[in-house]
Amino acid sequence: MPRMSMIEAIRDAMDVKLGQDDNVVVYGEDVGYFGGVFRCTAGLQKKYGTNRVFDSPINESGIVGTAIGMGAYGIRPCVEIQFADYIYPAYDQIVSEAARIRYRSNKDFTCPITIRTPCGGGIFGGQTHSQSPESLFTHVSGVKTVIPSNPYDAKGLLIASIEDDDPVIFLEPKRLYNGPFDGHHDRPASNWSKHPLGEVPEGHYTVEIGKAKVFAEGDDVTILTYGTMVYVAEAAVKETGINAEIIDLRSLMPLDIDTVVKSVEKTGRCMVLHEATLTSGFGAELAAQVQERCFYHLESPVVRVAGWDTPYPHAQEWDYFPGPARVGKELKAMMEA
Amino acid sequence: MSEYGPLKFHVPEPPGRPGDAPNFDGIVIPEAGSVRRPDVDCPAADMKELASTMIRVLNTDGEAVGEWAEGLDDDVLLKGLKNMIRVRAYDERMMTLQRQGKTSFYMKCTGEEAIAVGFRAALSKGDMNFPTYRQQGLLLSTDYPMVDMICQILSNSRDPLKGRQLPIMYSSKEHGFFSISGNLGTQFIQAVGWAMASAIKGDTKVAAGWIGDGSTAATDFHASLVNASVYKPPVILNVVNNQWAISSFRGIAGGDHATFAERALGYDIPALRVDGNDFLAVYAASKWAVDRARHGFGPTLIEWVTYRVAPHSTSDDPSQYRPKEESEAWPLGDPILRLKNYLVARKLWSDEQQVQAEAEYNDEIRAATKEAESYGVMGSGASPKDMFDDVYKEMPQHLREQRQKMGV
Ligand SMILES: Cc1ncc(C[n+]2csc(CCOP(=O)(O)OP(=O)(O)O)c2C)c(N)n1
Ligand SMILES: [Mg+2]
Repeated sequence: MPRMSMIEAIRDAMDVKLGQDDNVVVYGEDVGYFGGVFRCTAGLQKKYGTNRVFDSPINESGIVGTAIGMGAYGIRPCVEIQFADYIYPAYDQIVSEAARIRYRSNKDFTCPITIRTPCGGGIFGGQTHSQSPESLFTHVSGVKTVIPSNPYDAKGLLIASIEDDDPVIFLEPKRLYNGPFDGHHDRPASNWSKHPLGEVPEGHYTVEIGKAKVFAEGDDVTILTYGTMVYVAEAAVKETGINAEIIDLRSLMPLDIDTVVKSVEKTGRCMVLHEATLTSGFGAELAAQVQERCFYHLESPVVRVAGWDTPYPHAQEWDYFPGPARVGKELKAMMEA
Repeated sequence: MSEYGPLKFHVPEPPGRPGDAPNFDGIVIPEAGSVRRPDVDCPAADMKELASTMIRVLNTDGEAVGEWAEGLDDDVLLKGLKNMIRVRAYDERMMTLQRQGKTSFYMKCTGEEAIAVGFRAALSKGDMNFPTYRQQGLLLSTDYPMVDMICQILSNSRDPLKGRQLPIMYSSKEHGFFSISGNLGTQFIQAVGWAMASAIKGDTKVAAGWIGDGSTAATDFHASLVNASVYKPPVILNVVNNQWAISSFRGIAGGDHATFAERALGYDIPALRVDGNDFLAVYAASKWAVDRARHGFGPTLIEWVTYRVAPHSTSDDPSQYRPKEESEAWPLGDPILRLKNYLVARKLWSDEQQVQAEAEYNDEIRAATKEAESYGVMGSGASPKDMFDDVYKEMPQHLREQRQKMGV
């Protein structure tokens, strides 16, 4: 089976859809000729022409607004916002428009658009290249929010997103583009070519939106996480020797609550882990749902581990980032609780 | 049969890509001295052609000609040359630091030095710039300590911004340099607001917004024009048209057939389009606009025509998207060389002085770098303790708890 980085897998997903469906178009800042600052669209303009793959003005609300208009016409744009940190000018288009068009028009109009954007830290990018804004989207009824953690899921989920008839925010943890990253920033970086999840089938396949994956099985505690933190959790579990079950949510909205409940009922403990700031983060939603549904199975309080409630700092990145040491410490503490 | 053929989707293409010969046929360059200089109270409607032409002072023989050449102070020009030499030397040295792994990131303004340096010379104490990342010349033309700038780049223990910001995102209220955000366009409108406040308070301070050609596409640019148009505050709206926005040429911002200056006309804002590599033109136009603003005649938009000689940033490789020889072929030349030649011809400056100035600035920068490095390099001096300060004026309970949890 071919091996791909997450960048190649994402590119391949767009390539497959551009090839299969004349209605798919791809655009964003530096996306056309250059192929994107992270190279996710490299070669696509050459292959499909400027009618299908093109550069946009630096105007994020324009990128999303035009995508909504195209969607209303009946085509399927898959657009890129260069960094999730720059998506806010498009927030009004997403919240007030994309999310509600189906509902307010009684499905007369729909919004089959995909908004891809690199998120998360770990690249010394400071506050404008590191944010994890997922909860700003999960809070909005009418948009789906997806976040893959590996090349296989990235390709399958992106194809599913492009084929989805509702708007999808497709978050790409940029620190995972080239390889899994477990938070040990001082160790050599690994790449996907040596990882089983770097095996990506050719051609068309989908990963269903709304289905979590049990990333590692365990009996004593459930870790609910997604994106880069999947590998941080894996490292912390290995380093503490705690028998934890790691669930990669993959899709935050819709959420695969059945997989979550099943695991927590089995283990009786739950940690929620994300990179985004703690307060009102998606972890708050997860903790609330686990508490509502699994209260009588819980042996200790649900614990949240997350980015601190500050803007994402530049130099203090590794103090800010919830790395394996912090996760391991919290894991041990909850096992003693 | 329909009388209409199928519609075609238009995507602008730059005149050249890698492998092509550079082509600047689209840049029409009027003769130096050919553009008139209106009075500073001239209504926007009576000076519309200044948005479409190009104000130039230095002609090909290195002489200063025309109405915009009048009343330029030689001392300012000499100081301007020195500041530009200083900026370029600083950029080179900071690039070296990045290559040595002492900082994570850097952005140069090579070829664009005249704009920030020349504009700064027209401002007074108390005025405020809302810069982008390519206006280091604004700070380097003041007495802001270079060591502090380098400490910011190194995110060390003396970093005035405590390691919180990406390198080069300086901030100094005292030196009229608003904190750089990194989100494009957001600060252009804030300059308009700052200027509105000056008018509300009955002061005489002016504000300057800064934006790149690519970023004029941002919604906030258009918000700036409408607010400036309505309230007529003392603001100068600077558009630095260096032809490129990472890999996208100016046409992707709608600046292929219309000029960026012309965007102001529909808002009844006067606009100047200026040769940004001609220090004399830069200084003259800046003075005109600042004078206009300070006298209460309202905003001016200035398009500075220049070329981004450097890669976008240390993460960029322009050979992937533009002709290799393009920067040498840029028809407006090198701003430092042009000003130097002019001053040498007037016997105000010499080749020896040039060499000496370069050596002096290199020494200054080397010494400042050495001192800055003694406070640590890339993150080595920034404290996690500072991370929780200044999120709010008073630290709320949850942040105090988080800081405790982190154990600092
Ligand atoms: C809102 C927003 N969108 C995208 C970016 C990413 N980005 C950083 S610089 C840049 C190009 C800007 O070009 P231009 O405005 O011409 O300025 P120049 O770099 O040429 O000085 C882009 C797209 C950003 N920083 N902010
Ligand atoms: Mg530019």
